[in-house]
Amino acid sequence: MTDLDTKTTASGHPPPAQAAPSWGWLRWAWRNLTSMRTAVVLLALLALAAIPGSLFPQRNVASDPAAVINYMQDNPRISPWLDRMGMFDVYASPWFAAIYILLLISMTGCVLPRSRRLWQSVRSDPPPAPRNLARLEDHRSWETTREPAEIIATAAAHLRRKGFRVVSTNDEIRAERGYLREVGNLAFHLSLLVLLVGIAAGKLIGFEGRVAVAEGGTFANDLSQYDAFTPSAWTDVDDLEPLSFTLEEFDVSYQTSGPNLGQPSEFAARLAYRAGSGEEQTVTVEPNHPLNVNETKFFLTGNGYAPVVTVRDGRDKVVFTGPVLFLPLDSSYASDGVIKAPDAQPTELAFEGFFLPTADVGPQGPYSRFPDALNPQLFLTAFTGDLGFGDGVPQSVFTLDKDDLTQVRRDGQPFSQALSVGETMRLPGGQGTLTFDRVSRFANFQIAYDPGKEITLVAAIVLFVGLTTSLIVRRRRLWLRLRPSTDAGTLVEIAGYSLTRREPPPHEIEDLVAALGGASPPTTSKDVSA
Amino acid sequence: MIFDEQTFAQLSNGLVYSAIAVYALALLAYAAETAGQVAGATTLVADSPARSRLAGATTMVAAPPSRSRRLGAVGTSLTVLAFLLNLGGVITRGLAAGRVPWGNMYEFVLVCALAAGAAYLAFLSRRPVRAFGVWIVAIVLLALGLAVTVLYTPAGDLVPVLDSYWLVIHVAAAITAGGVFTVGAIATGLFLVRHRLERRGTTQAPKGRYAATLPTTRTLEQVAHTAHIFAFPIWTFAVIAGAIWAENSWGRYWGWDPKETWAFITWVCYAAHLHAQATAGWRGVRASWFALAGYAAFLFNFFGVNLWITGLHSYAGV
Repeated sequence: MTDLDTKTTASGHPPPAQAAPSWGWLRWAWRNLTSMRTAVVLLALLALAAIPGSLFPQRNVASDPAAVINYMQDNPRISPWLDRMGMFDVYASPWFAAIYILLLISMTGCVLPRSRRLWQSVRSDPPPAPRNLARLEDHRSWETTREPAEIIATAAAHLRRKGFRVVSTNDEIRAERGYLREVGNLAFHLSLLVLLVGIAAGKLIGFEGRVAVAEGGTFANDLSQYDAFTPSAWTDVDDLEPLSFTLEEFDVSYQTSGPNLGQPSEFAARLAYRAGSGEEQTVTVEPNHPLNVNETKFFLTGNGYAPVVTVRDGRDKVVFTGPVLFLPLDSSYASDGVIKAPDAQPTELAFEGFFLPTADVGPQGPYSRFPDALNPQLFLTAFTGDLGFGDGVPQSVFTLDKDDLTQVRRDGQPFSQALSVGETMRLPGGQGTLTFDRVSRFANFQIAYDPGKEITLVAAIVLFVGLTTSLIVRRRRLWLRLRPSTDAGTLVEIAGYSLTRREPPPHEIEDLVAALGGASPPTTSKDVSA
Repeated sequence: MIFDEQTFAQLSNGLVYSAIAVYALALLAYAAETAGQVAGATTLVADSPARSRLAGATTMVAAPPSRSRRLGAVGTSLTVLAFLLNLGGVITRGLAAGRVPWGNMYEFVLVCALAAGAAYLAFLSRRPVRAFGVWIVAIVLLALGLAVTVLYTPAGDLVPVLDSYWLVIHVAAAITAGGVFTVGAIATGLFLVRHRLERRGTTQAPKGRYAATLPTTRTLEQVAHTAHIFAFPIWTFAVIAGAIWAENSWGRYWGWDPKETWAFITWVCYAAHLHAQATAGWRGVRASWFALAGYAAFLFNFFGVNLWITGLHSYAGV
């Protein structure tokens, strides 16, 4: 199935030998599996099977970890069925794997015998000329009085110089060129197997993780510090690269004028990091410029605001102080988030609301006009009651479990307040206060370790070079035959044959004819040079 | 300074609008040529496939009446002019933004239209494929029209994540492949049209048949094949370069992001096409459908994925 461009369309398999009957169907199945037709069908199936993965949200796809959960909540009736069919995990589903594994088996079963045949044909001579050369596409002939031995020698030297493999007898030359095509073709197909090894290595040993760090916050490369961690089957989670860093500063700048007002023009996270027991170093991590410590890489993939607040409870005791991550909702960085103070007395306190970096009020209420923090405001409502930490169930820092919480009200209306930096919100009844101290930012890091990626890269390069070679190089044969002609001269016949669907390079035959001093037009004519 | 960024941006817009106007005239000329041929031509179909193969024939279409031939020549001249205007629009756009001019969907369409025009003109200088003109120009015109109306984004800086030399490499490869795939798709589509005529085995085509004015199936097949085997490795390279960039930017070289998925689907469709071309009984018509499916996947990847599906490649700027 491997050659993308051959003229020969036969299966290339010998007719079944006299095998034992019980093996007959096995041979039949193998021959069908490794046929080009099966490969085409499997390729078509592979293309079709990949489609649902782009239409339904997928698990373990980095762009939005909550996508599947949200989709399931929005579509409760069909979601369980889609899930059963693997629609949220298409590329890890058994049916997707079945297609590509069959395809790889089909391909290997075809490529290996082909490699053997290539080896044989490289070691053997180009085949003899067909009896009637005139029936081939490119045919020239003329009569000459030159010595046959001289013609053969000149032609052989010419063809060798042009890179042909040449075998000559007293009256015939057989030449072939373009074995590299088949080499490229085989290299391309075999590289797909290597590619799979590289992918498998990454999937078996590597890991991916995510963490959000606020300015001033630190991260140590330990499992417990990750917001999300996707290990592989054989990831050694106790042996992560020893490393820690502090996000000293996160710089953002936005275009303040021009047509793309508000478009970010720079993100830069300045880290002080320490690898192993080494010295502390500073590094700036930007998009496309990750921090790389022994192949564990930290990529800057997102950012947002982390307003710094201080919560005091009913006893006027500080029960929370520090940055709180608010997740951006749109490109203007209007963000939402929650603040939890489970240690507050007499009642636990929680706040929920929006952060607007450049707050303004429009007809539909407050919104953010610009992504930079030009007029930062917090819009919060408050809750009292039980935050649910006592249950021991892990909680998201971005949502409130409101089952045992009561919204704070004043005059029957939910109590809410807009806070600028330095302002304080006082809950009615002296239940506590919240002060908006200052604005800080947080950075999202994607952490990746993939020991298989070098293998994959090498395979991809071989794939590309092999594919290009197999499509560019044209494998063709050339024959020259001498026959005694009527008036004591010699009839020279040259013919070419392309083994691929593309025509051979146009001037090859003409060049040979010219080198022999023969007639140039593609018709039979007398040689005058002799 | 006279030539500041603002001037270049305005110049770019002017050139793009001029290109649209001239392409529209080219379309009229090509359409008139085609109509003239269909209506008035007593066109010969190719000889039997065996003979034309032997002769290495490129075209067997009898000479069309001179007036429609002149119209065709006018169409080609206008296409060259419009192509140059489009080229100028792209270059000035790059000067206005101070970077390679393919950083958002508007610019991508401009350059893709340029690539399709270039691919068509390159083929036209080697092969008798003027019958493609009306289709290429129509597609380019549609693309440019869409670009200036729906996709238009003012010239400006890149968002930080796109600020990488991989943008130059990866996107340029994708654009080049896209332009050549467009010619391949048109050749394939016309091959299917022409094939229906030739299959009947008539050597004398009935008057008023569009298919009779087309080049022979052999020419169409060769052009399609050349286009596909030229564009396929470039597409492969674009996907690999994209994977390297993704590793550099997001920490993984392949994540089944919708853009990646559809690039993969496109690749697999064209791979299936090339394999089908070497399979007994699939060559020709059946194999052609795979190529058209590949082109459809390419188009969907560009329009559908950019506009309807959110993913990491959401840089359309629309």
